[in-house]
Amino acid sequence: MEETLRNLLEEAKRELETVDSIKSLEELRVKYLGKKGELTKILRGMGNLSPEERPVVGKISNEVRAEIESLLAAKRDEILKVEKEEKIRSEYIDITLPGKVHEIGHKHPMTKVLDEIKDIFLGLGFSIAEGPEIELDYYNFEALNTPPDHPARDLQDTFYITKNILLRTQTSPVQVRTMEKNKPPIKVISPGRVYRSDETDATHSPVFNQIEGLAVDEGITMGDLKGVLNLFAKRLFGSDTKTKFRPHYFPFTEPSAEMDVSCFACGGKGCRVCGYSGWIEILGSGMVHPNVLRMSGIDPEKYSGFAFGMGLDRITMLSYGIDDLRLLYENDLRFIKQF
Amino acid sequence: MLVSYSWLKDYVDVLVDAKKLADDLTMSGSKVETIKSYGNEIKNVVIGKIISIEKHPDADKLQVGIVDVGEEKLQIITGAQNIKVGDYIPVALHGSTLPGGVKIKRGKLRGLESNGMMCSAKELGLDESLLPDYQRNGIFILPELPIGEDIKKVLELDDVIEFEITPNRPDCLSVVGIARETAATYRKSYRMPEIKIYEVADKNPANVTIDADDLCYRYVARVIRNAKIGPSPIWMQMRLLKAGIRPINNIVDVTNYVMMELGQPLHAFDLDKVKNRHIIVRRAKNGEKLVTLDDKERILDSEMLVIADEEKAIGLAGVMGGQNTEITDDTVNILIESANFKGSNIRYTSKKLGLRSEASSRFEKGLDPEITVMACNRAAQLMAELSGGEILNGIVDVYPKPIEEKVLSVRHKKINKLLGTNLTIGEMKNILTFLDFGVICDGENLVVKVPAFRSDIEGEADIAEEIGRMYGYNNIEDTLLKGTQITAGVKTREQKLEDLVKEVFLSCGLNEIITTSFMGMKDLDKINLPDDSPLRKAVKIMNPLGEDQGYMRTTLLPSMLNVVYTNYSRKVSDLKAFEISRVFIPKSLPLEELPVEVKTTVIGMYGHDVDFLTLKGVIEVLLDVLNVNNVKYVRSENTLYHPGRSADIIVDGECIGVFGEINPDIEENYDINREVYVAELNLELLFKHAKDDERKYKLLPKYPAVERDIAVLVDKNTFVADIESIIRETGGKLVDDVKLFDVYTGENIPEDKKSVAYSIWYRSYERTLTDEEVNKVHDKIIRKLNEKLGAQLR
Ligand SMILES: [Zn+2]
Repeated sequence: MEETLRNLLEEAKRELETVDSIKSLEELRVKYLGKKGELTKILRGMGNLSPEERPVVGKISNEVRAEIESLLAAKRDEILKVEKEEKIRSEYIDITLPGKVHEIGHKHPMTKVLDEIKDIFLGLGFSIAEGPEIELDYYNFEALNTPPDHPARDLQDTFYITKNILLRTQTSPVQVRTMEKNKPPIKVISPGRVYRSDETDATHSPVFNQIEGLAVDEGITMGDLKGVLNLFAKRLFGSDTKTKFRPHYFPFTEPSAEMDVSCFACGGKGCRVCGYSGWIEILGSGMVHPNVLRMSGIDPEKYSGFAFGMGLDRITMLSYGIDDLRLLYENDLRFIKQF
Repeated sequence: MLVSYSWLKDYVDVLVDAKKLADDLTMSGSKVETIKSYGNEIKNVVIGKIISIEKHPDADKLQVGIVDVGEEKLQIITGAQNIKVGDYIPVALHGSTLPGGVKIKRGKLRGLESNGMMCSAKELGLDESLLPDYQRNGIFILPELPIGEDIKKVLELDDVIEFEITPNRPDCLSVVGIARETAATYRKSYRMPEIKIYEVADKNPANVTIDADDLCYRYVARVIRNAKIGPSPIWMQMRLLKAGIRPINNIVDVTNYVMMELGQPLHAFDLDKVKNRHIIVRRAKNGEKLVTLDDKERILDSEMLVIADEEKAIGLAGVMGGQNTEITDDTVNILIESANFKGSNIRYTSKKLGLRSEASSRFEKGLDPEITVMACNRAAQLMAELSGGEILNGIVDVYPKPIEEKVLSVRHKKINKLLGTNLTIGEMKNILTFLDFGVICDGENLVVKVPAFRSDIEGEADIAEEIGRMYGYNNIEDTLLKGTQITAGVKTREQKLEDLVKEVFLSCGLNEIITTSFMGMKDLDKINLPDDSPLRKAVKIMNPLGEDQGYMRTTLLPSMLNVVYTNYSRKVSDLKAFEISRVFIPKSLPLEELPVEVKTTVIGMYGHDVDFLTLKGVIEVLLDVLNVNNVKYVRSENTLYHPGRSADIIVDGECIGVFGEINPDIEENYDINREVYVAELNLELLFKHAKDDERKYKLLPKYPAVERDIAVLVDKNTFVADIESIIRETGGKLVDDVKLFDVYTGENIPEDKKSVAYSIWYRSYERTLTDEEVNKVHDKIIRKLNEKLGAQLR
């Protein structure tokens, strides 16, 4: 009987080698270890054994069962591994096929540049102010130290609605409205549309966008104006950017200055973008004129401030190398989607 | 303002080249636009005199000239026809160069040797349009000049610097003014032209009356007798030419020359044509006529100032003289006018008549009345020298209210505080002195006497600018608001919400567009806007660029449809776009107060995957992200939209927008052969209903939900939204979620019916629901659907 058991084990081992699927493995398990299987059949003959022999045979039969079970388990693992490998092999795909895209929209390039400028100034403690586009002459000119007969009015061709109401020619009136409503410290930028009666061409549009800035507090100096705008230029155009301040004239600032930045296209060596000068004019600025402070209800003896303004369209064109302003307002999606 | 460098050097000693000068002056406040170098490419071009001219034997159109160039006489062939024997002309010798790198060499023309070239003004790089005919058509005929002399020297072909002078500095619209800035920049001194007047004994016979002393502040005049009119000398002509002024004759040229030199516009009258030699400065009569020097009849009004005699207007004050007293070749006696007018009045006249001149563009900025006498004397001196005339005894000077000297007291400390500098009081005084300010130090203050030509200087800040610019802005140390209070940069709620709207649109695949804010009434016709629509009440621009841009837009729709059309016509296959901008809604017309500017958004779409539901999906995501609740979509009655494919968005009973397919009639108007879907939303109303900032955490469910599906047959016209609301109302708190998963018509469904299928999730947040509980509610829902909508369970 002992020998029968050993033979059974050998036979099971032999048969196991030909098994190559979970199904035939299960059949094999039933054949040897099932309720009606070979092992059970053999053990049925245990009754004929002497009481001395029974424990010995019992032990051997347990050993054989355990052995077969462990062989079956090992074989099972082996088969599963092969099957998994095969499955993975069958799942190979062409990874160069194009992706399934949920197309997202693109911001207008001017918004991209504006967002960047906003971020820089928000970080410097400037809030964002807004004002009307249809504005009173008072805010657009008079309160900005530009009375009706002022020659500076000739520099801006104004669209008028009535004698006293016009389309703002600059975002500067927001300065006045902000100062009227708030007490120093004031730090705001004010982006928005402005209007001048220029015919549309590659560099002009009757509607364009400016960003105004204003800081008013005790002890603000022209050094602060330079420091803040220099930092701004480095953030927007790159840390190698140099700035240069040239005296200029605006009715509502005194002293006034224009800021040039070193050309970011050529690094200052001179190229087409900068008109071979190495510098690009970016913004107008100055210390807020005491008359403007006074008219807005701020005491110029106690407070001082600086203001600046820049053209978003122009900076956008420079930043992306866009050579025709009309592209910005034409909205061909093949253009917009480049940004 | 064009300034010849050689001319500038008459008044200030500078050694740097023009480029360096331009850079330095730009940094001290006189911005240089360009530098035009007239002479630097010209080599070996000299003055020649034509000795003989013969026809070329073998060419009809060529002439053979013998030209005396001093050391030799050259045979030169030319095609020009305007030359004659005895003419003085520029000759480019063998081996010479001309502007543009042109090299001239000896050569043969139709068999005859040509030893150089006779030059035109254009070939020398000059602006021919300013020259008289005889000099323009062909060779540049010159007056008598030393033969063989270098043309660059004779014609003063130097560097001409173009300055951009800001309107606050009319004093810099003169060579002397630029010399003053140059001198201050280099801390040097400058000199004024030397003026010597030799008067004859006879008295000046002219007299002047100012009848409008509110518009004419000063009138200075002199009389020149027995002048001989002719061309002015070449050096003066060249200086005017380089300044962009046309040379005319020795009298007119002097007035222009002195204007360029000193900044004071002058006018010369033919005194014999001035009735009774009496100049009257008065307002024009309404409708009064005057033919100006440019040969045009001007109709004047009573706001305009004229120079008149006892019978007629003879000049438009400060703008242009009259033809009736013009200097002609026969003029003998001349009255020189050197006056000062009110800037804003000159500006008015010049604008109203559309007539700008070198004089008016100076006067309108406000000039210094103190320079009139000097300018008049300078002109008299030069006219006498150039025309052989005599200066009559006595200068007329009518100056009713002499201007007062302006003295400012400014604080040394305050100026440093404004600039962020540490300049000593001495350094400040030094700078101001070089700019012709009179300065006395008074303790911590500077008492500053402002020169009369600096009408722009009004207070401390102006003085600070003078000091700052001459010290150099770039020498001021950069600081970062070190002495000031810290502020936080913040966006308002509306600004944040606007950003959020943009984010939602972008992530839904919409591209941002930006269009201009104008519209024409035709745009509104094109969108079939009803005649009585309030959107036709638009803010009108008084001086628009064109009819199509005559109004401020009240709707973003036309701009969007134009962009849709642009893209459609360029074969862009799909378009999804949005714009956020303002529309302008007047409270009354004509405008009495500022209109309401409403932030609005418009969406436009067409394409293979675009239909009503694509657009509605965007709206739904937007409202979800902004946490807008109680939203209803109601079939829209807006006639701009497709009646069956559009909806109003109603939030808490308020309409905040409309969307859907644009009415097919409008698609036709725009020639767009596709279904175009648009949405218009009032962002201010949207933000009012946005509860984005009121979100609160809700407990996650602990107990499982029971899902039941339901499919019913209903009338085809039933809104699914009504079915859903019956399910929710009936189920009450136990209905956790409802989802439509199928709408079906067609086979096995009666023609007038549709099958609608929902999944309903039942859930309690307190316990696990039993089957019985769920069945009870579910059955009740089926009953209610049947009662209210006649829905049949499938
Ligand atoms: Zn460059």
